[in-house]
Amino acid sequence: MKKVMTGHKAVAEAMRQIEPDVVAVYPITPQSEIAEYYAQYVHDGLVRTELVPVESEHSAMSACVGAAAAGARVMTATASQGLALMVEVLYIAAGLRLPIVMALANRALSAPINIHCDHSDAYLARDCGAIQIFAESAQEAYDYMLMAQRVAEHKEVRLPVIVNLDGFTLTHSSQVVETLPDEEAKGFVGEYEPLYPLLDVDHPTTWGPFAMPDYYFELKRSQEAGMEAAPGVFLRVQEEYSRLCGRNYRGFFEAYRLEDAERVIVVMGSTAGTAKVVVDELRARGEKVGLLKVWLWRPFPREEITEALAGAKAVAVMDRALSHGNLGALYLDVAAGFSGREGPVLVNYIYGLGGRDIPAEHIAQVFAGLKEARPGERRFLGLRE
Amino acid sequence: MAVELKTWRELPIGGVIPGGATPELNKTGSWRSKRPIWDSDKCIHCLQCWLHCPDDSFFLKEGKITGIDYDHCKGCGVCAAICPVDAIEMVPERGGAG
Repeated sequence: MKKVMTGHKAVAEAMRQIEPDVVAVYPITPQSEIAEYYAQYVHDGLVRTELVPVESEHSAMSACVGAAAAGARVMTATASQGLALMVEVLYIAAGLRLPIVMALANRALSAPINIHCDHSDAYLARDCGAIQIFAESAQEAYDYMLMAQRVAEHKEVRLPVIVNLDGFTLTHSSQVVETLPDEEAKGFVGEYEPLYPLLDVDHPTTWGPFAMPDYYFELKRSQEAGMEAAPGVFLRVQEEYSRLCGRNYRGFFEAYRLEDAERVIVVMGSTAGTAKVVVDELRARGEKVGLLKVWLWRPFPREEITEALAGAKAVAVMDRALSHGNLGALYLDVAAGFSGREGPVLVNYIYGLGGRDIPAEHIAQVFAGLKEARPGERRFLGLRE
Repeated sequence: MAVELKTWRELPIGGVIPGGATPELNKTGSWRSKRPIWDSDKCIHCLQCWLHCPDDSFFLKEGKITGIDYDHCKGCGVCAAICPVDAIEMVPERGGAG
């Protein structure tokens, strides 16, 4: 059914349909409404979830880890400083292979304090071992919340999944979202089968054991097997979901007018929507431009993205976060694919920090700027120089 | 005896050890710098030491304390502190686990 709703409502609707056993959550702008909607669902008896109103995000993720180890299906949501507080425990969730799904309402990190969108929170959690997906729209946020559950809980994956949606731009603006009927959504997500649940007292297990230098390395390598399995599972889940919902989610990224494109933008999140408008305008004038919108950021689908960009002349990789002291993280991800082989000129654009608006003219500037680009150049878009 | 170390492919997911009470396998008695000495004449078998011991190091038979498991006792002294009749004394360890 199609309805007008905010990104928050879309995420909360997906969570209501998934109906996890436990939601442990602490409110923070711009994520708060997800917590508020879900608390309302619990109050109204629409879900049987145990809602744990914790005193911090560190406690939220800790409660999630405990509940997931006990055998529960668990979800949470946060943003910015909240994620920063969660990260210590998020590493543990990944190391223990707990399939906790969370929405991240992307917001800049302090200082200076700011409540608006950029991806620095997602970048902070880049290496924690969680799978990371970026949504362009409220619709994609809804769809990926459902798909994330399947990817996270797959027996070969068993990792936390972060579904990123741009703070305010997606969380607070109303868009048309088509949701699945409850029974279809529930049928797609399916029953959860926990591994080694602590509440199975007839089969006691030891969780979180100490690992000395003789085993730590092997355990981290075995954790990486989940990341290695994730891309294949992601594609199969996408295929099944695409057939169910009628929308086309097939691939680690969306290739928009990319086939014969000479100048290409690579971007994650809602900015892709603006970029599509600009691509269409420039295409109408005969310019060969295209867009690659990354859905799956971690694990990074390097080979597929390299192939998709190999025919371009120049590529602007746009990072909505400043990785201080280096080029942007997404840029480096893309550039690694062209190590030792011929490829397009790659330029890094840092944009949109702290909610800086990214109008169509700025995207047009990026495409124009690609006509004369030096490899490895870092440019700041929309900054007063 | 050399221990055969497992490869990463052989480890259970998430480092979970299927099976409980694994501390029994790890003899921690050598960590001890002070040794609890239990006086069976003073003991009233209130079981406070058994209840509070973080290492489950008190032997219990038919509801009565029968001795201390020096293979696992780390010498923390909680038992001596909690004992209401001073039946446990901590004495400096002179070396050796047993």
